[in-house]
Amino acid sequence: MSTQQQEPETQEAPEDPEMKGAESPQQRRLKEKEQGLADEESVDESDLEGETVHIKVFRYDPEVEDKQEPRFDDFHVPFEKGMTVLDAVMYARDEYDSSLTFRHSCRQAVCGSDAFFVNGTQRLGCKTQISDLEQPVRIEPLPHQEVVKDLVVDMDHFYDQMHAVEPYFQQEDLPEGDLEEQRQSRENREKVKMSTRCIWCAACMSSCNIAAGDNEYLGPAAINKAYRFAMDEREDEEIKEHRLRILEQEHGVWRCQTQFSCTEVCPKDIPLTEHIQELKREAVKKNLKFW
Amino acid sequence: MSQSYNRGLIEDFGRWKEFSAGMWAWIFHKFTGWMLIGYLFTHIAVLSTAIGAAQGETVEVFAEDLPNVEGTGLTEVDIYTATLGGLEGLFIVRLLEVGLLAVAVFHILNGLRLLMVDLGIGLEAQDKSFYASLILTGIITVASVPTFMMGVGF
Repeated sequence: MSTQQQEPETQEAPEDPEMKGAESPQQRRLKEKEQGLADEESVDESDLEGETVHIKVFRYDPEVEDKQEPRFDDFHVPFEKGMTVLDAVMYARDEYDSSLTFRHSCRQAVCGSDAFFVNGTQRLGCKTQISDLEQPVRIEPLPHQEVVKDLVVDMDHFYDQMHAVEPYFQQEDLPEGDLEEQRQSRENREKVKMSTRCIWCAACMSSCNIAAGDNEYLGPAAINKAYRFAMDEREDEEIKEHRLRILEQEHGVWRCQTQFSCTEVCPKDIPLTEHIQELKREAVKKNLKFW
Repeated sequence: MSQSYNRGLIEDFGRWKEFSAGMWAWIFHKFTGWMLIGYLFTHIAVLSTAIGAAQGETVEVFAEDLPNVEGTGLTEVDIYTATLGGLEGLFIVRLLEVGLLAVAVFHILNGLRLLMVDLGIGLEAQDKSFYASLILTGIITVASVPTFMMGVGF
């Protein structure tokens, strides 16, 4: 239940494994890992090792005459174990067509630049194993955003929405004393933990059917960002009210119709719908008066 | 930025095969909602043709034609009975009644699911609760068929 604070994750405490003759958690994890690796290898070797992966990549470039009409290009990329969608398009760019354009940076699901529409779902290119996908792998730019070139979409609108919720900590009264810190309780940190993981990749916004039809809707990412600060106990009550005033507007939280599309695609597994629903309840509570 | 390409919204319905449970639940909920509103107005329109029954308005019908009129031959019944009997005698109306039940039951069950979602209960199981409401709707609809179709094929 999202109104309650999440249980802090407890660490598995090993209870003297030697005494009981049982394996320690670490041994168990190592074993599982080995098992998992073995399974993966068998799948890879039988299916893909030494083969090529067929990818179809969306191409569009307003400045090149041939590419003004959007089309799909086919690439056959040699498969390597552990290859991600991003690795595949990078290989295609490096070896076959240097004009293939896409955003990428950290390659470890932190920077949030390489969200693509892969086989009909918004996914992070660097986080999606190509062996998990059905071939040919169709790689398109994020839907519901203007395509600038190939896989690059215009993110301005998304960033505008993100900034609209004032995504920064606002607290006027600082604790006295030079070395005093603004402490957050562990429980409160757990509560906002998932919401802090947003990497601004815009996968959720792109998957949201409502955001597609309503350009003014804040969108799941921005509301999640607002949740992160509205639920932070270190901010004053007035600031929380100010945040809720932004959210409870016509194109704020109430546009969400709980399709769960954003929650399904979020590469960081943020429970976006849950956060939006909780803010809806907060907005109601703020305005509910019994007299 | 000089130029960009808008891929439009069409793909949304073009990729219906890739929709997730939550999306289907949303579509079905909208669809059943509109169906129920449509039914409401049809209901009012049809029944308003029988308003005269309150003033004792009657019509002459052949009792054999109407399932809800007893006796044989030309009988005088009030207009309400005649209207309803005329409708109930049609196979398509019985079929639509089953459809109405299915639509209403799904809308109720999914409405309960949405209520739970609004209260923040069991959001992790939202897909399962959607499937559950679908299955329950199916069961209730099938179970209702003998009752609704009595006299017209059953």
